Order: sequence, then C-alpha cells, then structure tokens
Amino acid sequence: MTEKNSPLWEVFIRSRNGLAHRHVGSVHAADATMALQAARDVYTRRGEGLSIWVVPSAAITASDPADKDMMFEPTASKIYRHPTFYEVPEEVGHM
Amino acid sequence: MYTQALNTRDQAAPSADSEQDARFQARVDAELKIEPNDWMPEAYRRTLTRQISQHAHSEIVGMLPEGNWITRAPTLKRKAALLAKVQDEGGHGLYLYSAAETLGTSREEMVDQLLSGKAKYSSIFNYPTLTWADIGIIGWLVDGAAIMNQIPLCRCSYGPYARAMIRICKEESFHQRQGYEIMLALCRGTPEQKQMAQEALNRWWWPVLMMFGPSDKDSQHTDTTTRWKIKRFTNDELRQKFVDATVPQGHYLGLTFPDPALRLNEKTGHWDYGEIDWSEFKRVIAGDGPCNRQRMKQRRAAHENGAWVREAALAYAEKRKARERAAYAEAAE
Repeated sequence: MTEKNSPLWEVFIRSRNGLAHRHVGSVHAADATMALQAARDVYTRRGEGLSIWVVPSAAITASDPADKDMMFEPTASKIYRHPTFYEVPEEVGHM
Repeated sequence: MYTQALNTRDQAAPSADSEQDARFQARVDAELKIEPNDWMPEAYRRTLTRQISQHAHSEIVGMLPEGNWITRAPTLKRKAALLAKVQDEGGHGLYLYSAAETLGTSREEMVDQLLSGKAKYSSIFNYPTLTWADIGIIGWLVDGAAIMNQIPLCRCSYGPYARAMIRICKEESFHQRQGYEIMLALCRGTPEQKQMAQEALNRWWWPVLMMFGPSDKDSQHTDTTTRWKIKRFTNDELRQKFVDATVPQGHYLGLTFPDPALRLNEKTGHWDYGEIDWSEFKRVIAGDGPCNRQRMKQRRAAHENGAWVREAALAYAEKRKARERAAYAEAAE
C-alpha cells in the first residue's frame, strides 16, 4: 500500500489575551479543520490557550540562519537607533 | 531510558568540515541552542533523529500496557485519570515526532521504522500489566524513572527537543503522583490489596532499573552525546538518583524491594543495590521480552486499521480543494 503523507501544519497558540500567538510545534492533518482539531488535542489539554492558528508549514518562508550576519549584523553598528545614543542634560530630567 | 537501544555502536563519521565542526562545538559549549536550520554535523543530526524518534516510539507503545486497564479501572475517577494519562502519552509521542521532523525525517518514515521493527522503543513496555497494581507501578516507577531521565533533557542542546521535554516533564509529574496514589490506596487497603501492590513491585523493580540502559562500563554512546550536550548524566548516575529517590517512597508504602543487596551506604549516603540481570535486558531489547510480539502486532493493527481514515480525510480535502478551484474558475468567467 502506498499511502500519501498528510500535510504538515505549524501550530501557534495565544495563551491569553494581551499576548501574541506563539509557535508551539506542528501537527499532521489532511486539511485546515482537522489541523485545528489535532492542534487542540495535542497542544491544549490543560488550558494552554484561548486561540489557535494553524499554518501550512510549506507556506512559511524563513530566513536562512547561515545568512544571519548579512541579515542582522548591520544593525549592530547603528547605535544611533537607540535612545541611549543621545545626551540629555541631567537638569532636563527623565525623558 | 526510552532510548536505551542507542547504547549500541554507531561509528561517528569524521565530519568533512572541521572548521564548521569546531564552530558548532563552540556554540554547544557556550550553552547556545542549536535550531533546526542551523548547520550541524551529520552524526549529531543522525543521533538526535534516532534518539528523539525512539523516545517518541516509546511514548506511543507505552500507551498499550496502560490502555489495557482503561475499561477495568476500579472507579470512575481512576478511569478518567488513566484515560487522561494515556492521552498524554499519545500527545508526548506527537510532540516528539514533531521535534524529530525538524531534523528532516518525516513522521511517516519514523512510524514505518517502528512498525518494521527497525527502530527500537523502551524495553519496559514489553512487560505485561497483570493487575491494577501494575498501573500504580507504571505511574510511580516507570514515569518516575522517565522524569529522572527527562529533566536533564530539558537543557539538551537541540532547541526543539528541549522545548518538547519541558512540556512533557510538566505533564509527567501528574502521572507519577497519580501512580503513587494508586499504590497508597492499595497499601492502605485489605491485606490482599497490599499483597497485590507488593507483587507488582516485585515484578517491575528490576525492569525499571534497566530502563536507564547499560551500565557505564558497557555504554558506548556516552562520550559523544555528552560532548554535544544531549546527555548530561551517565546511565549509572541517573539510575542511582532514581534509586535514592524511590526507596524511601517504597518504604513509606510499607513495601519491600526484591533486592537483598539493597541497603543505605552510610559512607556515601546512597542506596547500594544488587547486580542487574543484563542478559534479560539484552533479550528484551533484542525483541524477546514477554510482550514484544503482542505490542508490535497491536501497533501494526492500529496503523493498518486507521489507513482508510487517513485516506478518506485526504480524499475529502482534495475534493474540497477541487470544488473551491472550480468555484473560483466559474466566478472568474
């Protein structure tokens, strides 16, 4: 028997209102409805969440960790993006 | 532990790129986590894939000995708790497959390896659950031993595995307490019930000690996996920790351990225990335990009997997609 693999979905859960959805793992399911049900059973057996997103894993475009220097290093030299770069006289108080 | 069979030989092939290797090791040494798309030595990927998938298989096969008692639990409360526990084991298996898949092997492939007998699972699940007391023992000792092994894995160098272990450890704690409570109820019950608890301890004690894998003298995997910070303690260290934690709990129940050599060593403060029968361990790992054949037969049957459901779900998803495409096409005309 040659069975087709069922698609992979990434699961994101909002644990409570006020917090963003957070990646918790993945599930296999034939379609989005079943993926949501599987995610509920696998990842929220103890009140871990109020809301679930499932996203086809294949739909995610990710940066390559090997490119991390090219992607993120330039920000290290731009210290003028941080508030501490600027001098404010003490008499002015908190700003 | 759940990955005992890893203690067999696996030649770590020298990596082609020693500079990358060194950079990788430096990250591990600095306690930085390795994430799925990061570069890693092939041997690290292979070892982890095997370890995590074997761990997952153990969780899945581990549902069988307990599932055996769901319909016969003595009260509704115990039945609900056992059902939740078995469901957790299934969940643990799925978290772990999900972590292992990030290394590039599909779940289907891993399941095939289990069903074909190529992949191993923990020897402990090849022992039968003959009485209700065995369910108490599994929670108290089997899950207790698992926790001992899994807590250090929460700090494992591979991010997805460490994160899965954190979830699992939180849930295992319920399992262990649930088991101990069953034991407590039996030990405070009639003499026959207490006898049942004692007999279960007698049958399970040595197989549980074997869960930690071969003695350090014979274990071949420790060096590399320790260097990669997959493993933080040796088999014997974890086994000793477990014995030290467990013996007083057993004495509190008023039970005795089936080991005449077991005694508190005044000098070390540890409980000394007798020699483990390694021939039994090897036999069970090799497939010749009391329940190996039955477990695999049940797993295969469950997989085969579920095939039509998986096929129907996929066919339905295909049909809906096709219908949606047709509707779009019609709207576009």
